[in-house]
Amino acid sequence: MKTLASLFKKNIREYGMLIALVMIMVFFQWKTGGILMKPINITNLVLQNSYIIIMALGMLIVIVAGWIDLSVGSVAAVIGAVAAVLMVRLDVNWVVTFMISLLAGALIGAFQGYWIAYAKIPAFIVTLAGMLVFRGLTLVILNGEAVGPFPVGFQKLSSGFIPDFFNYDGLHLTTIVIGGLLSIILIFMDIKNRKNQQKYGFDVTPFYFFIIKNIVITGAIMGLCFLMASYKGLPNVLVILVILIAFYGFITSKTTLGRRIYAMGGNEKAARLSGVNSPRLLFYTFVNMGVLSALAGMIVAARLNVATPKAGDGFELDVIAACYIGGASASGGIGKIIGAVVGAFLIGVMNNGMSILGIGIDWQQAIKGLVLLLAVYFDVYNKNKSI
Amino acid sequence: MSDVILEMRNITKEFPGVTALKNVSFSVRRGEIHALVGENGAGKSTLMEVLSGVHPYGSYSGDIYFEGKECQFRDITQSEAVGLVIIHQELALIPFLSIAENLFLGNERAKNGIIDWNKTISDAEALLKKVGLKESHSTLITNMGVGKQQQVEIAKALAKEVRLLILDEPTASLNESDSEKLLELLLQLKENGISSILISHKIGEVSKVADSITILRDGATIETLDCAKETITEDRIIRGMVGRDLTHRFPERKSNIGETIFEIRDWNVYHPLHTDRKVSDNINISVRRGEVVGISGLMGSGRTELAMSIFGEAYGTNISGTAYKNGEEIDISTIEKAISNGIAYATEDRKAYGLILIDQIKDNITLANLDAVAGHGVINEPQEMTVTGEYRDKLGIKCSSILQLARNLSGGNQQKVVLSKWLFANPEILFLDEPTRGIDVGAKYEIYTIINQLASEGKGIFLISSELPEILGICDRIYVMREGKIVAEMQSSEATQEKVMKYILTNKR
Ligand SMILES: Nc1ncnc2c1ncn2[C@@H]1O[C@H](COP(=O)(O)OP(=O)(O)OP(=O)(O)O)[C@@H](O)[C@H]1O
Ligand SMILES: [Mg+2]
Repeated sequence: MKTLASLFKKNIREYGMLIALVMIMVFFQWKTGGILMKPINITNLVLQNSYIIIMALGMLIVIVAGWIDLSVGSVAAVIGAVAAVLMVRLDVNWVVTFMISLLAGALIGAFQGYWIAYAKIPAFIVTLAGMLVFRGLTLVILNGEAVGPFPVGFQKLSSGFIPDFFNYDGLHLTTIVIGGLLSIILIFMDIKNRKNQQKYGFDVTPFYFFIIKNIVITGAIMGLCFLMASYKGLPNVLVILVILIAFYGFITSKTTLGRRIYAMGGNEKAARLSGVNSPRLLFYTFVNMGVLSALAGMIVAARLNVATPKAGDGFELDVIAACYIGGASASGGIGKIIGAVVGAFLIGVMNNGMSILGIGIDWQQAIKGLVLLLAVYFDVYNKNKSI
Repeated sequence: MSDVILEMRNITKEFPGVTALKNVSFSVRRGEIHALVGENGAGKSTLMEVLSGVHPYGSYSGDIYFEGKECQFRDITQSEAVGLVIIHQELALIPFLSIAENLFLGNERAKNGIIDWNKTISDAEALLKKVGLKESHSTLITNMGVGKQQQVEIAKALAKEVRLLILDEPTASLNESDSEKLLELLLQLKENGISSILISHKIGEVSKVADSITILRDGATIETLDCAKETITEDRIIRGMVGRDLTHRFPERKSNIGETIFEIRDWNVYHPLHTDRKVSDNINISVRRGEVVGISGLMGSGRTELAMSIFGEAYGTNISGTAYKNGEEIDISTIEKAISNGIAYATEDRKAYGLILIDQIKDNITLANLDAVAGHGVINEPQEMTVTGEYRDKLGIKCSSILQLARNLSGGNQQKVVLSKWLFANPEILFLDEPTRGIDVGAKYEIYTIINQLASEGKGIFLISSELPEILGICDRIYVMREGKIVAEMQSSEATQEKVMKYILTNKR
């Protein structure tokens, strides 16, 4: 059995950012006089940050692979513009538009991925170019104007809520049922995982810690679900998000594909000499980033119900910051999906909380910058100490 | 002045999960060469890192006295300030700077931050003369062999007014004549009153130059032998290291050689940057089932380049020639194809090319054959744990758990992880590039045993090695390479050290 101190030391690293997130939430809850955790605000928070989280999933993989993508904001904008023109000017059905747009995102990713993976141009340069190119194309496609509004189906992508199958007054029961199911699945998986670890004789965390951890997680999920249920229930976006997070979490931690990406980011030469086809992996990493940027771009457009030339401006910074705050390493090979998600929420809560408090965009930026620096310092400091 | 220059008392150093040093005491007399030997993971490097401040004061317990004064170093600059200089096995020179610039890095010949080039150059030349290196001060590090780089490292230490020089496996990547030169240099420094600590797995050179030998085992001092008092045989040292007698250096082996399994014909390779320079010149080599084929030659004779070019063209450009497996032509133009044709190449440079240092041991071992522990692309983690655990036991990888990061292993144990990776890939033809570099005598024996076992399973093995006794001890047939060409081929039954050496060296400029 490990000592409590060493347990704490190990877990402060694992859960450090989660603790920071909770602390920041408590802080804003107090400062905003309870507005932060109001059902409507929580729902808004999710809607406002969904696209950052979606892009952070792709960005985390790019960063783990050892690179960076500066073009995501511009790609989101150009795809929003394409979708808008298709639906509004050309009257294309929104589902078809959705598919075409995702495909266009993949093509953009493939274009950038080609230069990076096969022409061996550093991603920083390729995506810096992409950032300019696609911002420019957005202006061209939209003719410099805002294009909207969109069909209702498309709008629902961002502003819709899942239907309620029970008619209980004032509470969206389906939401609570889904939350309950999700909690049960998570607990079940954790038990299985723990059993497996014990079977192989690895140190497991003490039992009481295991219980506390699961109570906290279940509590957080159910609490969130109750809050949302007392407003309009689960937003569609949140469902998409949870599915994507689960999917990418699985890919990165359980599959050969994920393992190879980490290996490539950790030491490209050694990975290549072990038979990892790193150019191809890198190429698909960027294709994936393109698709996720496209999805994010559509959600942004759907939320505002208009595509504008300025959409997605500066997103790349929040997205990249989310990954680093969540513990990804700038030199590649290290980082977790869940870390990026927590990082994105942390930024989201700060954006939201500071806006409620009426702090100007100028100070918001400065404060976010400092938080990024502190978070990474915390990480580096902890790593150095544990060597 | 006392005649003890360094004394370390009751040093204990713990890492999460392992105690690397337990109450180690160690002292060095003035003006001696003190060898530090022990198995992989015994704690030699860690002890030196404690001494030089890489592990700062406070992260270990125990006392250090240098020249009679207690030392509490917080980093390397502090230990260097009193004249303690450590040369790590991985050389720390900047490749695209000149010798002179490297010599005074961090210690520039400068006034108010402005470099005095005249003084830099004249001092550099004086230092190069001292270490006997015939190179211009303006030569870039990248254009020199490892042996010469090692000499530059020593010159760099001399520039810092070194009083106790620490060398961690300095000869591991040197060939015999370069090693010889280096040892000469140490003896010469000793004449000039510079003491040194020499860590090495080459017992021969230890018994040749050392005045005292301290043996570490499992993080504890076993004994210190005084070579002036008694004559110390190599077997005596080995007994201290492994705790038992090791009667044979090479395991017994009955070769059972079958038909040719792999062959390369008319193989030509050009340098990737200087595309008009041939690095492999019309090579024809083959290996038969159950055969161990040695490739001997100097550092830089093109052995690694040849092996890597065969392994999926991982090195070189404009590669021409054909490869045959079991008599049929095969396509090995990419690493994936080479691996799927059953070829493996275990690199000599474990840190740069062999390991993902920030990943776990288990991840490293399975990387080249991930699909064997996965179904439909999903890794079966329990199975992965089991098989990697088996390799850990089979090769005796010393670690706290297979979940430990490769970065935190001792050098020799990292080498074993690289080998495990390729054994796990289950190849039919193996290129082992210096597989025993940095490996202790006991573990070497184990690796030879593994090579024999692979051969008896009918695999074909190419062994690249700079240690002639090793080549002669375990190979069936030997190729000698010089300047990118195969200059000789012989059965090892008719080979002798002198004969191979002659081919290795003739026409050497
Ligand atoms: N940073 C670290 N974290 C955890 N364990 C470590 C770390 N560094 C070294 N160790 C462990 O300490 C022990 C001693 O390692 P050390 O590198 O000193 O061995 P060594 O005698 O130099 O071996 P070799 O001959 O293989 O180089 C090993 O078991 C190693 O795994
Ligand atoms: Mg060592």
